Amino acid sequence: MSGKRLSWWGMAGIVCGVSGALVGWKANAQTFAVVGATVALGDGSQPIQNGMVVVRNGRIVAAGDIRMKLPADTQVIDARGKWVTPGIVAGFSRLGLTEVDLSAQGADDSSADGPFNAALDVVPAINPLHSTIAVNRADGVTRALVAPNAGKSIFAGQGAVIDTGADRDPITAARKFQFVELGETGSAKAGGSRASAHVLFRNALREAGELRRYAPAVAASRGGWPDERDRPVVRNPNESRLYGADARRSEDVLLTRFDAAALVPVLQGRQYLLVHVERASDILQVIALRKEFPSLKLVIVGASEGWTVADEIARSGIPVIASAVNDLPAAFEQLAATQSNVGRMRAAGVKVSIGMIDDNDTRYLFDERQYAGNLVALQKLPGATGVSWGEALAMITSRPAEAIGMGGEIGSLAPGRRADLVIWSGDPLEGFNAAEQVFIDGVRQPLDTHQTRLRDRYRYLPGQRNLPEAYRH
Amino acid sequence: MRRGAAAVLPAVLSLSACAAFEDKPKGPPPVAINEDPYPSTYARYPGVPTIIRHATVFDGEGRQINDGTVVLVDGVIQAVGGPELAAPAGAQEIDGSGKFVTPGIIDVHSHLGDYPSPGVEGNSDGNEATSPVRPEVWAEHSVWPQDPGFSRALMNGGVTTLQILPGSANLFGGRSVVLKNVPARTAQGMKFPGAPYGLKMACGENPKRVYGSKGNMPQTRMGNIALARQTWAKAAAYKRKWDKYERDGGEMPERDLAMDTLSGVLAGKILVHNHCYRADEMANMIDMSHEFGYKIAAFHHAVESYKIADILAREGICSAMWADWYGFKMEAYDAIKENIPLVHNAGACAIVHSDDPNGIQRLNQEAAKALGDGIRAGIPNLSEAVAWEWLSRNPAKALGILDKTGTLVAGKMADVVMWNGDPFSDYSRPQMVWIDGALMYDANDPKRRPVSDFELGQPGEGDTK
Repeated sequence: MSGKRLSWWGMAGIVCGVSGALVGWKANAQTFAVVGATVALGDGSQPIQNGMVVVRNGRIVAAGDIRMKLPADTQVIDARGKWVTPGIVAGFSRLGLTEVDLSAQGADDSSADGPFNAALDVVPAINPLHSTIAVNRADGVTRALVAPNAGKSIFAGQGAVIDTGADRDPITAARKFQFVELGETGSAKAGGSRASAHVLFRNALREAGELRRYAPAVAASRGGWPDERDRPVVRNPNESRLYGADARRSEDVLLTRFDAAALVPVLQGRQYLLVHVERASDILQVIALRKEFPSLKLVIVGASEGWTVADEIARSGIPVIASAVNDLPAAFEQLAATQSNVGRMRAAGVKVSIGMIDDNDTRYLFDERQYAGNLVALQKLPGATGVSWGEALAMITSRPAEAIGMGGEIGSLAPGRRADLVIWSGDPLEGFNAAEQVFIDGVRQPLDTHQTRLRDRYRYLPGQRNLPEAYRH
Repeated sequence: MRRGAAAVLPAVLSLSACAAFEDKPKGPPPVAINEDPYPSTYARYPGVPTIIRHATVFDGEGRQINDGTVVLVDGVIQAVGGPELAAPAGAQEIDGSGKFVTPGIIDVHSHLGDYPSPGVEGNSDGNEATSPVRPEVWAEHSVWPQDPGFSRALMNGGVTTLQILPGSANLFGGRSVVLKNVPARTAQGMKFPGAPYGLKMACGENPKRVYGSKGNMPQTRMGNIALARQTWAKAAAYKRKWDKYERDGGEMPERDLAMDTLSGVLAGKILVHNHCYRADEMANMIDMSHEFGYKIAAFHHAVESYKIADILAREGICSAMWADWYGFKMEAYDAIKENIPLVHNAGACAIVHSDDPNGIQRLNQEAAKALGDGIRAGIPNLSEAVAWEWLSRNPAKALGILDKTGTLVAGKMADVVMWNGDPFSDYSRPQMVWIDGALMYDANDPKRRPVSDFELGQPGEGDTK
């Protein structure tokens, strides 16, 4: 305890003593402080004993080994014996798109029968009241990168960043990224070969480049690659919808106008491009795209064999949202899979975070903290490469946010960040522990779910009963 | 169960009574059918007498021994106790300070070998989805012993025994096989000696989806039950015919491999492992077992067991469950995280299972999650030592091998894991794994690390995984 403002600390002790009176207190977006907990900032640093987090108007004021004078009406939450971290940011997910995956109508995560691909935008599909969102919220997941599933094309569409708050406004950042499959799945979508996937990819960017906003009909016959003046200007990625009837295109097109227009911000580097690849050679192909299309803001997703080309990835500066514990040759593109993948990439200087692609990415985002713990475990395993506790936490909080340029907004307890924080019963990288209080934008969240209601209904199986279980609610 | 047995008993008795009055069989003596035509060729590998000292021991029977000692000699557990235990002559002594020793984990539900890695079409051998009734197929004839997943389950999961099941497309999926997690050239080389066969059954969505979508029966849950009942009725008739032949001789009845399996179930020789999610469907399956006089060993994927835990306790049926899988299909919609501890709390047999080549590497962590959720729900008398029953004792019971393995009891197979920390922590991994007293994995020795044929010469060969 090296706090400098001991006067405050004395005060905190007094307030803590009456914290029982806070039961039933509903946090609003005013000032509150969490005191006495082990605080982990989510920036890669190690946890801090007896730390403090101060929140005002939905933003972090300060957190860590701090002592500060608080306004008299500050609500104080006594979290002695608990741990506090930023909320988990699911690095790659399909959260909120599907209620039930199999044999239940209503899944919105892919558009296998629809005519569009890159133009798809997950925003209208996200239902903030899906039980999957509630279940993950109750386990400390507060934000998620949500990507659509690829339908018929290598391009799946535009993904968003959402929060898991119990309200009707889940969108943190709409159309934050485009998602494309360029590995084995991409090969299948492209008709059966990676060669085809790569030609489709280049052709799609060509079509995006050739789109000319409001270009007169006669200009279309000029042909050739449009010069910079002809390139469409798109402020908001989804402005693509606004392309008017007079936008002209050449005859040589495969994409619908909407799909081509949606790729304009990708081509211009205004929207991130998340690329799913697993195989080492596929990763190198993605890195090579940089030379051809220097403006692309690439992020690699998956990367099971990333460790074998870690130096090349590190040099490229391309962030990786990796699957944490893939260690099976589940496909020929994952022969070198090992749980040391993340640690080895990290050691080589790759900007790595953890996502859940194709690993129950609709509903088990809460597994990320267990996976992060498993990466810590590797530090004790001879021949393996793990990561420190602080870095493991960062990989499921700030690092995925940073991968898409949102590190200044979410994912850590640094001053000014959105106040997404979780009070845990103990070390959150231990699956044994649970989230006890969850705040999103400084608002305390309900943690009841369909599951907890069922648990309470059936907690005590009755002997003598007056009424059926259906009346127990 | 009692009711079911009673329903069948009179028929058996009356036949025996008739036989008693016969002077001699009418025809030639019956030809014995070989019930074990693909016998286990597993033989334990050599080990050295080993004594582990100063470890925290979970014996699998609910007990924790601090500063515990475990002695392994000649492939079996010789003694389990405190520091007072003497080392056998020439024993290798292992310092277990800071380490934990447990029975090897037993996964009652795996598809390693029949849905191996890589998961390509050419390797897809888990579902004989050509008819909803396929009790004639045997999972062991699909098991590819070179599946790299076996080694991951050993090295990362501490799994020493596992049941490989056919898939759940069919009402009757076929026979399971219980394996020792010891690499071999053949499936027979992995077969757990003396383990009974299992029969995979399935209720609910999968059979009706697979066949209903083709316009065939079953298309509904009532279709599932009707077809299963009709099949059991046939099996009962088949069994009567064979029982008579085996008693009286005469013309040998025609053999039907499907009915052989079901007949084995009715005779109590083959254990029923029933994929069933929903509580109401489990109740139907229980009634069916009573109707035809067989016993269900375990419901698998039993996400709603908590709703009928009292019934399952009364029936003596185990539930094999995930800690927190939910919602991926309608019949999993009511899954809750306290399912495992609530089943345990009702006095029923609770098992943590995987059904997954990744999940099988973390069954101890799944148990930890369930334990934490149970304690927070206020379920009494839970501890790590008690929760270990879900990982080895109870699965051994469901598989009919509890007399041979599953707990650290003198005389049982020395299937033992030493963990480098508390196995209920995400930060722990197996340090050493013994199967029948032979050291099959040592985290400090890359040579004690199995590498399947498939992985030789490939990227990542022999790596830590």
